[in-house]
Amino acid sequence: MSRSLYSPSGQLPPALRELQDEIKSYADEFGLDTFPVVFETIDYRHMCEIAAYGGFPVRYPHWRFGMEYDHMLKSHTYGLSKIYELVINTNPCYAYLLEGNSFVDQKLVMAHVYGHCDFFKNNYFFSHTDRRMIDGMANNAARVRRYMDRQGVSNVETFVDTCLSVDNLIDPWLPFRRKETRRAPEPAAAPAAEGDPESSGPEPGRLHNTRSYLEGYINPPEFIAAQRAKKKQADEAQKRKNPPHPERDVLGFLMQYAPLEAWEADVLGIIREEAYYFLPQMQTKIMNEGWATYWHSRIMTTRALRDDELIDYADAASGVTAMGPGQLNPYKLGVELYRHIEDRWNTGRFGKEYDECTSLSQRAAWDKKLGLGRQKLYEVRRMHNDVTFLDEFFTEDFCREQKFFTYKENRRTGRLEIEGREFSKIKQQILQQLSNFGQPFIYVVDANYLNRSELLLGHRHEGIDLKMDYARDTLRNVERIWRRPVSILTVLDDKPKRIRFDGAEISMSDEPAAFRV
Amino acid sequence: MISRIEQDHSRFREIIRGKIRQNLRKYISRGDMVAPKGQGTVAIPMPQINIPRFVHGDNSGQGVGQGDGEPGDPVGGTGKDGQGGAGKAGEQEGGKALEVEVTLEELAQIMGEELGLPNIQPKGTHSLETRKDRYVGLRNSGPESLRNFKATYKRALRRQVAMGSYDPARPVIVPIREDRRYRSWRTDPRPQTNAVIIYMMDVSGSMGDEQKEIVRIESFWIDTWLRSQYKGLESRYIIHDATARVVEREVFFRTRESGGTMISSAYKLCAELIDAEFSPEQWNIYAFHFSDGDNWSVDDTATCIQLVKHQLLPKCNQFGYGQVESPYGSGQFIKDLRSAFAKNIALVTSEIKSKDDIMDSIREFLKGGR
Repeated sequence: MSRSLYSPSGQLPPALRELQDEIKSYADEFGLDTFPVVFETIDYRHMCEIAAYGGFPVRYPHWRFGMEYDHMLKSHTYGLSKIYELVINTNPCYAYLLEGNSFVDQKLVMAHVYGHCDFFKNNYFFSHTDRRMIDGMANNAARVRRYMDRQGVSNVETFVDTCLSVDNLIDPWLPFRRKETRRAPEPAAAPAAEGDPESSGPEPGRLHNTRSYLEGYINPPEFIAAQRAKKKQADEAQKRKNPPHPERDVLGFLMQYAPLEAWEADVLGIIREEAYYFLPQMQTKIMNEGWATYWHSRIMTTRALRDDELIDYADAASGVTAMGPGQLNPYKLGVELYRHIEDRWNTGRFGKEYDECTSLSQRAAWDKKLGLGRQKLYEVRRMHNDVTFLDEFFTEDFCREQKFFTYKENRRTGRLEIEGREFSKIKQQILQQLSNFGQPFIYVVDANYLNRSELLLGHRHEGIDLKMDYARDTLRNVERIWRRPVSILTVLDDKPKRIRFDGAEISMSDEPAAFRV
Repeated sequence: MISRIEQDHSRFREIIRGKIRQNLRKYISRGDMVAPKGQGTVAIPMPQINIPRFVHGDNSGQGVGQGDGEPGDPVGGTGKDGQGGAGKAGEQEGGKALEVEVTLEELAQIMGEELGLPNIQPKGTHSLETRKDRYVGLRNSGPESLRNFKATYKRALRRQVAMGSYDPARPVIVPIREDRRYRSWRTDPRPQTNAVIIYMMDVSGSMGDEQKEIVRIESFWIDTWLRSQYKGLESRYIIHDATARVVEREVFFRTRESGGTMISSAYKLCAELIDAEFSPEQWNIYAFHFSDGDNWSVDDTATCIQLVKHQLLPKCNQFGYGQVESPYGSGQFIKDLRSAFAKNIALVTSEIKSKDDIMDSIREFLKGGR
């Protein structure tokens, strides 16, 4: 095992060490494939500290960690919430147990942690993350501290604040596309511009003509030449345009093109690196928690649980999957969906034949005794993220069994009321909540807007407006990075708008059309 | 070494303090902070401590839930307050309150810094002492009621083991006289400075609700500041129209009477109160009088000036007169006071036209550091 981060002795108490070996053996037995796990017990202050730092012992200094800490410590002290466990995606995998938890709780947490760890190691969306991020974070922290020594604490801190304002503007698919993008623009742009215009596709403006003697009348040469020149100009403009296509990695774009000092670019890079590191955890919240819950429940109920621990276990486990009114609990949704999938693939309730079966009784009694459930689960945890997971497996049967509903605010009373149980609506609503983790889609559209080197951002409107006061302040912060006026295209109350910040004031103007990609 | 989180945490507190300082005028002139929640803390709404990002606005109260119910049944909770679920689910953003809790003491400190208020030099410090007994250790003799069982047992066990009379098979411990230990105490003298604030308010017909609100807010902040300066602070409340009486705090702020105004009645009562309860040698006495400045007669004003000169000023650390502007009052009284006591720094007068003037008025009252 590896070095300890917290416990002075670096060792778990013997009882817990034995417990770890026991749980590990069950995890192996079920075929979970994990990194080595290092458990440490820490007190609740420490737990809140590490939780505030996102699971890492060392982060760069910033007040928001202090704010998180304050918040967590308070809600812990007042008994509003309790952090049972913390596990981070590294190799070896570090996990923290709360000192003073009962033995059953620790058991449950360990089983839970092995679930997470298996997920970290095997889910495709975690495949590009840096498994030595503890060192990465510590190095980042050291660099930020050094900049603070040189540039002054408040200068650096203000700049970090500014950068954090845009740290959600990253491209979730970038890590998987890096090699492609390097190649893609070249062949797409180069031959089209260089190659013979006659050979590459239909010419602009040329009308279809089957009678050659009419050619001069239908397609006058001077008109065609003018069209050609026009297209060439447009192509050149397109080629000169930066970025050539709307770019979702706003953070990366700013890092590359904004007039930043070396230390500022580095700080921006640090924020971006950490944002990309935490991204998969946001992409797979339901899957990850569901997977861990599935396994703690499986391991505890079939192997680890002793008779006298049953009630305590049931109490803790039901707390984890408790459902508040009008809330989606990722633990609950995830675990139920996994169980549903396992059941479907065990009994063969999938495929054309089952889907087309209309007899209710036949469907209810459907059992082909395939026994493919476990295998399917492992496949699902490897390939999916939350959006694809729900898109693929959130079926009408599941929706009905789990009693999902949509709710809506009653405008008269201001209360939230159940709206209905229509499957398509529920699914659409859930997927909308999940797509891009509930964040708006923002692109860099043009770095030389109006030919004045102003930055133009675009918000792809999906039915929900931006929060305006936040948007204005964010725009101010982007301007501080870009150092030239910044605009964003968006839609407000169904009207396309452009909001602009020129360094002194915010202005808003109408646009002819909404921004689309 | 201070841990990293402590540094970040204190940085966060600093930012909050900075924000409070920036908006102090706004907070001070707001009435709803005056009723502190729980034990000596106030909740201050703190907008924009969040880092601004491009985020979706209100999703017009829609969502998906799970459970029983018919269409039209309430889901619980109104649109915006996300209830923190039990257990691990509690980490959703929604419920994060944008209120910061600050202790009154801290608030007083921030106010002191912002207004540049000097610390008060108390008088009669050493004349007053209280004693407090504290249990600090053990001794060999004492009353049986103070016997410390655990220590006694340990001594007996140690003695028996040393003497070889301890039998692990039958672990009976019998303490003898020498084993017994008793709790012992020490008496600490504690110097204490006592202070009393006597608030007087004119509740005659011309003082409206708005005027009382101003008085309420202002006296709350004066109270807060003096409380941060003195350990045991007492308050007394006197209301008057044509006659005066001592009342409870709640009554002081709520009463609306009508009738004439005889300010001298309040001053007379105040002087009697001081004589009866608070001897000036032992108490730091502060008297504040709020009125709209409309006294019944010139004769009464003359009586008032006599009372202040001979009775109140010699006994009080400071006598403050705050004149709240009201549509009915003539506002003559403050001029009379000012002309009579132009040179006496123990008498401070201040005119409060609106809630926005409260902060300046507080500065006026407290900048003397007396």
